[in-house]
Amino acid sequence: MSEAAPADRLSPALRTEALEELLVERELIDPAVMDKFIKTYEQDVGPLNGAKVVARAWTDPEYRAWLLRDGTAAIKDMGFGGPQGEHMVVVEQSDEVHHVVVCTLCSCYPWPVLGLPPSWYKDPAYRAGIVRTPRRVLREMGLEVSEGKDIQVWDSSSEVRYLVLPQRPAGTEDLDAEALAGLVTRDAMVGVAEVAAP
Amino acid sequence: MTTVIAPLDVDGPAAPPRSNGELVFAAPWESRAFGMAVSLADAGAFTWDAFRDRLVARIAAWEAEHGVGAPGAPDFRYYTCWLDALEDVLVDGGSLSGDDVAARSIELAARPAGHDHRDDEHGHGHGH
Repeated sequence: MSEAAPADRLSPALRTEALEELLVERELIDPAVMDKFIKTYEQDVGPLNGAKVVARAWTDPEYRAWLLRDGTAAIKDMGFGGPQGEHMVVVEQSDEVHHVVVCTLCSCYPWPVLGLPPSWYKDPAYRAGIVRTPRRVLREMGLEVSEGKDIQVWDSSSEVRYLVLPQRPAGTEDLDAEALAGLVTRDAMVGVAEVAAP
Repeated sequence: MTTVIAPLDVDGPAAPPRSNGELVFAAPWESRAFGMAVSLADAGAFTWDAFRDRLVARIAAWEAEHGVGAPGAPDFRYYTCWLDALEDVLVDGGSLSGDDVAARSIELAARPAGHDHRDDEHGHGHGH
């Protein structure tokens, strides 16, 4: 690359490296702290956290009521909190209403319970389509919502982050919370899938 | 740092995040850009809302330029918007001037070939 390369032609990898160097030199970031954050969200925080919340709500009616009333506190009680989880609202699927979550403007997502968002959640096609034609977008994602059921789309573009409490599948009466957590998927907690029976 | 992380059975039957699909970051630079923004917000260099406002603006600009779902539109480059937004919010706060990153990038690009990281974004960098 020549020195005359226009700034907008520089690769993001190179610009990222340059930015990190500058910020370290200016003592604005500590690479060790950065590494810790990256490792946390790459390896530790993911949808199993949310699955544990859902499984407890399915097996403990008092916890379920608390979760729907004050999602932030009930989730914190499970040990899950931190950035992007400060104002949690939990919405419950029912036979009448199907809930689905989006961030129309960017990528807001409840990190403490779901980890970082998948690429489809950030994609312009999902962010625009789920608002305009939710039934069609859900069908394209493999979820058929019957015509008789309302679809409620929750836009995370304020400070609120949403978690969907899926319906417990039939035939799971004998499973304990740990086994139930194993059934709950990320997609079901965003509202683009249902939880399947084992 | 305020993050509360519960101990997880990473090797258990529902070990996350991988059990639900995909790699969190598509290239090493994406994870560095992510880590910088989270660290800086955690340290108070800017508020998350200020960063988010810039991210929203960069994403909107990308969509205005390329269209949403238009035939032949390029793949959405989320972390490029993220990186642009991070520079924007640092320039807003006076931590960077507008051409600092470009100037340093050009210096780095002029390194001998064996130290060139430009291929990192494709996940098959070499010669490190």
